[in-house]
Amino acid sequence: MTVSPKKTRAASKYRVVGTSPVKVDGPALVTGRAVFVDDVEPDGLLHAAVLRSPHAHARIKKIDASAAEALPGVKAVLTHKDVPRNIFTTAGQNYPEPSPYDSFVIDRKARFVGDVVAAVAAETEKIARQAVGLIKVEYEVLPPVLDPRLAQKKGAPVIHDEKEARVVLPIDYRPKQNLAGHVDVVIGDLNKAWRTADSVIEGEYSTPYASHCAIEPHITLSLLDPAGRLVIYASTQVPFHARRIVANALNLPVSRVRVIKLRTGGGFGGKQEVLIEQLCAALTLKTGRPVQLFFTREEVFTSSRTRHPQIINLKTGVKKNGNVTGIDLRILMNTGAYGAHALTVVSNSGSKILPLYRCDNIKFWADSVYTNLPVGGAYRGYGATQSSFAVGVQMDEQAHAIGMDPLKFHQRNHIREGETSPIFAALGEGTEGVEQSIGSSGLAECIKRGAKEIGWKSKRGRRGSGPVKRGVGMVILMQGSSIPYIDMAGATIKLNEDGSFNLMVGATDIGTGSDTILAQIAAEVLGVKTGDFIVYSSDTDLTPFDVGAYASSTTYLTGMAVLTAAEKVKGQILEVASEMLNKPVSSLELAGKKVSPRGKGAGKSVTLAEIANYSLYVKNQKQIIASASRTSEKSPPPFAAHFAEVEVDTRTGRIKVVKYVAAVDCGQPINTQQAEGQTEGAVVNGIGMSLFEEFRFSSTGKLLNSNFGFYKIPSARDLPELKTILVVTDEPTGPFGAKSVSEISINGPMPAISNAVFDAVGIRLRHAPFTPEKVLRALREKRG
Amino acid sequence: MKKTITFTLNGEKRTVDVEPAEILLDVLRDKLGTKGPKYGCGRGDCGTCTVLLDGKSVRSCLMLAVEVDGRKVETVEGLSRGKPSPLQEAFIAHSSFQCGFCAPGILMTATELLRKNPRPTRGDVQEAISGNLCRCTGYEPIIKAVLSVTKKKNKK
Repeated sequence: MTVSPKKTRAASKYRVVGTSPVKVDGPALVTGRAVFVDDVEPDGLLHAAVLRSPHAHARIKKIDASAAEALPGVKAVLTHKDVPRNIFTTAGQNYPEPSPYDSFVIDRKARFVGDVVAAVAAETEKIARQAVGLIKVEYEVLPPVLDPRLAQKKGAPVIHDEKEARVVLPIDYRPKQNLAGHVDVVIGDLNKAWRTADSVIEGEYSTPYASHCAIEPHITLSLLDPAGRLVIYASTQVPFHARRIVANALNLPVSRVRVIKLRTGGGFGGKQEVLIEQLCAALTLKTGRPVQLFFTREEVFTSSRTRHPQIINLKTGVKKNGNVTGIDLRILMNTGAYGAHALTVVSNSGSKILPLYRCDNIKFWADSVYTNLPVGGAYRGYGATQSSFAVGVQMDEQAHAIGMDPLKFHQRNHIREGETSPIFAALGEGTEGVEQSIGSSGLAECIKRGAKEIGWKSKRGRRGSGPVKRGVGMVILMQGSSIPYIDMAGATIKLNEDGSFNLMVGATDIGTGSDTILAQIAAEVLGVKTGDFIVYSSDTDLTPFDVGAYASSTTYLTGMAVLTAAEKVKGQILEVASEMLNKPVSSLELAGKKVSPRGKGAGKSVTLAEIANYSLYVKNQKQIIASASRTSEKSPPPFAAHFAEVEVDTRTGRIKVVKYVAAVDCGQPINTQQAEGQTEGAVVNGIGMSLFEEFRFSSTGKLLNSNFGFYKIPSARDLPELKTILVVTDEPTGPFGAKSVSEISINGPMPAISNAVFDAVGIRLRHAPFTPEKVLRALREKRG
Repeated sequence: MKKTITFTLNGEKRTVDVEPAEILLDVLRDKLGTKGPKYGCGRGDCGTCTVLLDGKSVRSCLMLAVEVDGRKVETVEGLSRGKPSPLQEAFIAHSSFQCGFCAPGILMTATELLRKNPRPTRGDVQEAISGNLCRCTGYEPIIKAVLSVTKKKNKK
């Protein structure tokens, strides 16, 4: 089905959608009143600290906690002997999870420097940390695997040799070979692709380990409520998955666990993981007391989750006319010591880039391997970031090889509305994917408007004469919106007697603004303002289920659940009003906080407050309330064209991003300001990854730069001129035409900047980040 | 050896017993219930613990509590007396924060800037807040909010 983009549709088609009302949480954030987990301090709170392995790979032969236990103020010490030996995955995904079960609350083996060895709860944090130092551990140090290329070599140390390691979906999992996941797909005939191509290019690209760097470190507070239930206050993207995973890990029925998401200080995928909740909860179960466990910043770097590093071998064929004849994408992904998102991230490396180019012959092959290094996980972009870099750069190389302007090359090759790709059906989330055709695309418009904004025609190929050269580069991108037939979201809406509403969602606003945009969607339906909603997210006891904030799903999927719930509530309101006004429902309309008969002077109206009071106190009493839940049948891709203008100092090798343009088609933005905010935040994170963010390790696998002093992230001084262009389209399956926006734009900077550097100085940067050293080396090699 | 210190916290005299090695951030949060300033890194890199000490921004995670004896400390809680300050209003209007964890620090740094320099340029704002890390926004709406307060002042 082809649906033409309605680019010019006036925002006035909607009353609330497409506007930017004040964020529902705005005032609390600027006054310091927002309550994060660290701000909650129940009586009798204990503080936890974790003993972490100094070795990359070691078996715990003996562990003696007696000195720690004897320290005054220590209330509990947990080692592997004190926790249930239940295997699970920490990945916050739908059950059955596509990530291997390879983790324990505490194991008798340490698999990376920073792995959990023991945990302490004490009256103060200081005592807890002191106690950690008193635990005596005798390690049998094992040879580590520190290079993903050597992980599958014959005789390589087996990292997951525990007999319990398994998968709960039929995926290719071979722990004896350190293989955490494998996927491959062949479509068409690659030999023919190379035969018919005028230009065949092969290259290796790589992306490093990177940290999410949410400014709030991971934190959890657990306690027992008066009924003896375990209550977990979490900073999480996945409260419902956390409940399930903690219950399984600790042998508790789900009914004994309640997870309350408090204000969450950023996630970016890093909190789509159930990492510390089970450990904190185990300490509460042991002591009966409230326990707080937080990661120091160093622990966030070493022991939380990261962006999976990838080594990408890419081969493409292109005809002189610009047609792409074949793409062969081979990825070796390092998942680190545990297989969190090991298969799905690398699957996304294929599924979120390969459909973007019209091409009949495609091969995708990916191994996700264990090493004794920090653990990969979900990170905004989720695999598409890595592969969009390789593909985005090589397509630029191809355009150069056939002498075509990259702008023209991309214009002719990208997927169009109504078209499909065999990749959609072939690659899913640990299983096969779902066939879909593109229902909305503003990509052509993104390319056009982005090129104009960056000044492509006037700036391309004009390097300048001095030692500082200028260049512009571009890339095109796609992502998805939710995981079809897997993700599910629920919403409940309730009318109060003053005409206000409660909106209760399991979806987790982690700073993404979803509480606000979900209220906007409901407000659009119910004829009220965004501020008329009291939004509550999320509490496993009170709010309906939602998979959580990931896979770019909240606006699209939870948005549809909210829209459906709002329509149901609207129906109930009209029925009560019909009874009050003695007029048929069909003659009534809901707008401006009241229900009125249609047409001018058609009679008196009743306000929402009057309707609520009537239904609560007067006659045929009932609570006006409705719930709805939704799944998706598609994952409509948002599209984007990104453009970077750079300066390269040929004396120092320093790259400066001068201007960056992100033209994004996210369907109909529900909240323009928030959509721009998501885009700008993602772009700046992507610039950090392009220029300086990477983990550096010692020869024994210890992370060397586990703080913001040595792992630099962009500050306000590092900003280029940023320009976001929202190209409005109408996604037929989305709420009010919306698609996702949060992830896509992190994928642009690496390829766009690399391509701009080529325009400036003629070197190809294929290994991120593009440090001055790499630039100077490449310049030297080019000079010969 | 506990020491008793007395200082002005958001306009109010407070007296508290502290250990010599106690960090100001911990005393503010745990002993005085001032939860605005946050822990983000513990080594002065991220800036979310920023408070004003005698009007000058400092990292409360790098200060000993005893150092503020007899001095004046302001935190985000002190910015709004009943209603949000013009700077806070501007931050709300520009949706300057997404998760808001960096907000308590950025607000204090921006307050300091505007007191010292009521008409900063864009570059001044970037420079001033460059020690406060934000991973959500890309800083753009924060810079715009600070500059919008300046513009209002210019009009007067």
